[in-house]
Amino acid sequence: MDALLIQLLNGLDKGGAYALIALGLTLTFGTLGVVNFAHGALFMLGAFCSVLFKQVLTISKKVKDESITFFDAYKEQPYLEIWWGDTGAMIIDYAVPISIIMVIPVMLLIGVALERGLIKHFYKRTHAEQILVTFGLAIVLQEVIKMFFGANPIPMPAPDIVSGSAAIGAALGLSDNLVYPWWRLIYLVFAGVIIFSVFAFLRYTTFGMVVRAGMADRETVGLLGINIQKRFTIVFGLATVVAGIAGAMYTPILPPDYHMGMDFLVLSFVVVVVGGMGSLEGAVAAGFLLGMLQSFASLNEVKAIFPGIDQIIIYLVAVVILLVRPRGLMGREGVMEE
Amino acid sequence: MTDKNEFDTLSRRGFLKASVAAAAVGAAPMFFMNNANAYTNAPKGGTFTLGFNVPQTGAYADEGADELRAFKLAVKHINGEGDGGMMNTMKPIVLKGNGVLGKKAVFVTGDTQTKSDAARASAKRMIEKDGALMISGGSSSGVAIAVQGLCQEAGVIFMAGLTHSNDTTGKDKRRYGFRHFFNAKMTGSALGPVLKEEMGTDRVAYHLTSDYTWGWTQEESIKETTEGLGWKTKATVRTPVGAGDFSQYITPILNSGADTLILNHYGKDMVNSLTQSVQFGLRDKMVNGKQFEIIVPLYSRLMAQGAGDNLKGILGTTNWNWALKDAGSKAFVKSFGAEYGFPPSQAAHTCYVQTLLYANACEMAGTFDPSQVIRSLEGFKFDGMGNGETEYRAEDHQCLKDVLVVRGNQNPSNQFDLLEIVKEVPRSQVEYDPAIFGGKLGPYKV
Repeated sequence: MDALLIQLLNGLDKGGAYALIALGLTLTFGTLGVVNFAHGALFMLGAFCSVLFKQVLTISKKVKDESITFFDAYKEQPYLEIWWGDTGAMIIDYAVPISIIMVIPVMLLIGVALERGLIKHFYKRTHAEQILVTFGLAIVLQEVIKMFFGANPIPMPAPDIVSGSAAIGAALGLSDNLVYPWWRLIYLVFAGVIIFSVFAFLRYTTFGMVVRAGMADRETVGLLGINIQKRFTIVFGLATVVAGIAGAMYTPILPPDYHMGMDFLVLSFVVVVVGGMGSLEGAVAAGFLLGMLQSFASLNEVKAIFPGIDQIIIYLVAVVILLVRPRGLMGREGVMEE
Repeated sequence: MTDKNEFDTLSRRGFLKASVAAAAVGAAPMFFMNNANAYTNAPKGGTFTLGFNVPQTGAYADEGADELRAFKLAVKHINGEGDGGMMNTMKPIVLKGNGVLGKKAVFVTGDTQTKSDAARASAKRMIEKDGALMISGGSSSGVAIAVQGLCQEAGVIFMAGLTHSNDTTGKDKRRYGFRHFFNAKMTGSALGPVLKEEMGTDRVAYHLTSDYTWGWTQEESIKETTEGLGWKTKATVRTPVGAGDFSQYITPILNSGADTLILNHYGKDMVNSLTQSVQFGLRDKMVNGKQFEIIVPLYSRLMAQGAGDNLKGILGTTNWNWALKDAGSKAFVKSFGAEYGFPPSQAAHTCYVQTLLYANACEMAGTFDPSQVIRSLEGFKFDGMGNGETEYRAEDHQCLKDVLVVRGNQNPSNQFDLLEIVKEVPRSQVEYDPAIFGGKLGPYKV
């Protein structure tokens, strides 16, 4: 029972992450009609905004280790700690959540610049050309990050207060073994809040209504005298921000490296395709479905019956769903079918 | 006139035959022509070419960059530039600091990308196009085994870089392949007594293992060691390389009854699985009345930086560490530190040593002919290279030497001081019978 509950929680946690990444991807595709293979790289850029923020906070006074003579070795003490003592240490400790303040404007700026400078020139080109150019962009972005930050993962711990595990089992009167990392629970709630906010924004604001109308029929909205293009630019910026903060908040779970975006790219595309190209609800549903399946397929009892199932389950289910429902779970007629 | 010019008699058919024959000879790869030459890529002129095949892109690019730094330093020292590094401490040594056999060393580089096919392609290019006489480097056992096989076919010596799988000098050993780095079997033998002393003989282990040759052999060796101590093995779970999020593999551990987690992961996988295991509270757990422990059998200081504080207190092994105080290690760290401004990694150390050993073997053999150089390396005993008295065992081309058991440093005194040396395990304790892994070296002449 405990094992099932913990896998259920793990499935929700994974699903939340998948849904969040796929949401931004679907938003770009649904509004602009652009297949954005650089979306994973934007996730990675968000993570490195957080890394940069922490590096600025931890600029340190270097005290040379005199016992080392062959090269410069030193012990570092951040200036924030020297100047502000415990307050400075606390600010550094909370670097990841605080970095969101920096990630949002930076990613919005990057998103708008990318859309205006590159993406808009490919609206009327084929999907194959869009894939080529955005994939190329992803490679450029990751190589730039590698040049400045190196190839190795960089540790980004969660704040001390939430670095351990929550004793869920003990709280519910179940087994003490039912624990789950606090930061993963926070990420799950965070993913839920972001997903809800994006839906609410598109559903309950005038801006969102116009964007949805544009998604359904761009030409007619244009004929009504609305500058739909400008709104789509903002939506691309919004998708970039969603990817960025998803990446920044993920850093305590996965120490970021330049390649982390590519690792998520294939998976997020599977989620989008299974959910149905262009369907925001489909992306979220597919994210949670695939996360859950992956988690349960990793149980040792399941693997004893189907060896290696944990590594193929997502792709297996994707094939079955696409055979049964070629448009995906909630795909709209006419999207990617020309 | 009967005395006709031979050219005049050449028929159209004859011309075509001759052209086809000439094209076939011209297109034949160099390594099919060993019978025509004495050996592949015999040096001409005043230089000989070494091929350094390291990961320049991909997840191990930083480790590859460090290997390349070490190779460049080794070439400098062989050619008599710089302070000589370990050439001042290596014993016995016949190198004089004027190149090898009167020729200066030059090098070409390739990018393995830590992919077997890419690594073979770059090694092939260095052999066929650049005339490399020896190939060295790499950061993966899968790559090492693939390149070693190619080098055997090509008749070019392969001095492996960082490869820890038993298979490299076990079932996949080759006459033309040599490994200075230690292996999983040696890790198990070195770690066993320390585990017994610190964790006792009554434990239940759970393995998470990278699903490729290195992971499999390390799991096998560590399992053999821990079960030999009296530990039970609860489960051995294979994880895909580069999984990123290991949470679905960690959650089953919580209810498994295991009190020890053994992470047969390296590099990025190790950083991620260790970080996430700590987040799941494994190190805070008490199971079976014992403190839950995590073990990382193979450490890399360079990659371990990514694990941050999660590394502290965790046991593992390493081939070499810059903090060693023997004369060879100090000479190498001094040279490397002066050249690059930071200490070398274990990958850099093994690559540097391999290059010097190869050069010395050529000088000893009096020729670059690999069949003779191999004979010089086989059974070669040396000292002063940072791992105590060492021997290149003739039976499997595995270097037998001391192994370091280390622990993540609880209180580092500087940014490089990540690993604390717990024990220098003597060679006698990690030796094993080469016959246990099977495999055949193959012929001297190919």
